[in-house]
Amino acid sequence: MVCSINARAAAKKRNSEDLFMKYTQGKYIITGKSAIAKEIYSFEISCPEVAEIASAGQFVHIRTGSFTLRRPISICGIDKKKGNLRIVFEIRGEGTSEIARLNEGDLIDMLAPLGHGFTVNPNYKKVVLIGGGIGTPPMLPLVNIYGKKAVAISGFRNSMAVILQEDFRSAGAETILCTDDGSAGIHGFVTQPFSELAKQGGIDAVYACGPMPMLKNIASICKEKNIYCEISLEERMACGIGACLGCACRTVRNDEEYFAHVCKDGPVFNAEEVLW
Amino acid sequence: MADLSVKICGIDFKNPIIPASGVFGYGHEYEELFSLDRLGGIATKGTTLNLRKGNLAPRIAETPAGMLNSVGLQNPGIDHFINVDLPYLLTKDVVILANIAGSTPDECAEAAGKLDKTDVHMIELNISCPNVKQGGAAFGTSCEMAAEVTEKVRKATKKPLVVKLSPNVTSITDIAKAVESAGADAVSLINTLLGMRIDVDTGRPILKNNVGGLSGPAVFPVAVRMVWQVANAVKIPVIGMGGVSSGRDAIELMMAGASAVQVGAAIFTDPYAPVKIIDEMNEILDSRNISSVGEIIGAVKPW
Repeated sequence: MVCSINARAAAKKRNSEDLFMKYTQGKYIITGKSAIAKEIYSFEISCPEVAEIASAGQFVHIRTGSFTLRRPISICGIDKKKGNLRIVFEIRGEGTSEIARLNEGDLIDMLAPLGHGFTVNPNYKKVVLIGGGIGTPPMLPLVNIYGKKAVAISGFRNSMAVILQEDFRSAGAETILCTDDGSAGIHGFVTQPFSELAKQGGIDAVYACGPMPMLKNIASICKEKNIYCEISLEERMACGIGACLGCACRTVRNDEEYFAHVCKDGPVFNAEEVLW
Repeated sequence: MADLSVKICGIDFKNPIIPASGVFGYGHEYEELFSLDRLGGIATKGTTLNLRKGNLAPRIAETPAGMLNSVGLQNPGIDHFINVDLPYLLTKDVVILANIAGSTPDECAEAAGKLDKTDVHMIELNISCPNVKQGGAAFGTSCEMAAEVTEKVRKATKKPLVVKLSPNVTSITDIAKAVESAGADAVSLINTLLGMRIDVDTGRPILKNNVGGLSGPAVFPVAVRMVWQVANAVKIPVIGMGGVSSGRDAIELMMAGASAVQVGAAIFTDPYAPVKIIDEMNEILDSRNISSVGEIIGAVKPW
């Protein structure tokens, strides 16, 4: 069951030449809620019209009860058959705290699906997915696509913050866990096991999301080893659809510096385009 | 159904609601959500003679009941606008206000001169952008500079000329009178109020530009006051804006003296805000048996 208000956009048929993204805004029912780590929540949302067109790496823009700006949250699961999306988010401030107070059965106001997601290539034989902290959730849709071809490296502050490892394994991926304090898995950052994998070779693509220093290190290892790398970025955002130009990201296009926008040109960028 | 149409500088608007410059780009992104034909007008993203890259991120900060922005007039330049974006916008049944800005009065005039040769309906001259180092707000904070840039742009175009005013001044009525004397056909106000937020944990300003423009519901009472003062000080029409987020807000601003209303930050909270505001205005007017929105312009009865 779904309660969709203003779902006009999804109903619109657009031809394939159209360069514009498809998205819609509506209020959708939260069909499941769980706390999966300290201050980290997982929502299942029934939104068939969004799930139908959503792809890995895209995000949803959620209205809070009392703030002017929506909160961009990456998509962690897409079930096109059931018409569900899953999001996993961390309480970072008052806005996400308000969203976390919503319960199963409540309506959530989303503008979605937004952004330019990951490029998926069915011919790839081995991909490495790297998530740092709350950058881990957008890796799950990729694990569900690549299955056994994926190695998922995840890094967290400590064992209390570890999320989604079982989800990755049940989708067939090999998992490598790191924590900053060594309380679970490898003691250290994700770059450590990734460097070793990169040395062994045979990686067709790397997908990463997490803190900027982590992404920068991964991008530089990929550049050195000549591995294709896509990264998902975060920036303070307003409209979410490319109109206001708030979420600028320094990139290179045609050998010239260009302020791209995380909401529309991203959040996923080819790592070589990004100026750090 | 109340008659929502208004006429400003001889241009007919089917309703008085206009997405404000900067929040709506050149319209493409919102066409995915609703037909642009439903709007009274569109004020396009501030465009300069040449391409501008804009400021470094972060460009956005949240504030109580509002937000700060320091985009810094990122835009592809007036030629790109005229060749690519304007033809698309002119296929819509909506009044297009081309918003222009520049670092010098001559740059503004040159951009206006290029627009004069197009079918754009109106020009909105931004003399109040708080986010650029030269020009921008500097023009809008002195009567002499405001008059000079208005005069130069006036000479470059016969299009109806709306001058967008800064609230970051001692007397906005003096600036309004100065641009009226210099040939402006209308004024629009208020642009954003200069503001700042600091991350207490790092000691760094949230915006990379350190300061930025405040908008959203927080600024609404300031907008009402300034629109009321300016409407009483000039004979030309006033287009009001600043924190409008409901039909009731829009009517309030019109009662203060606005002939039309621009909607800015509200669109970030609800992307359908402009069209919802139009529907709400209609309902409110109907419920009061007011047959035309024109009747409420300047209808405030001050004590």
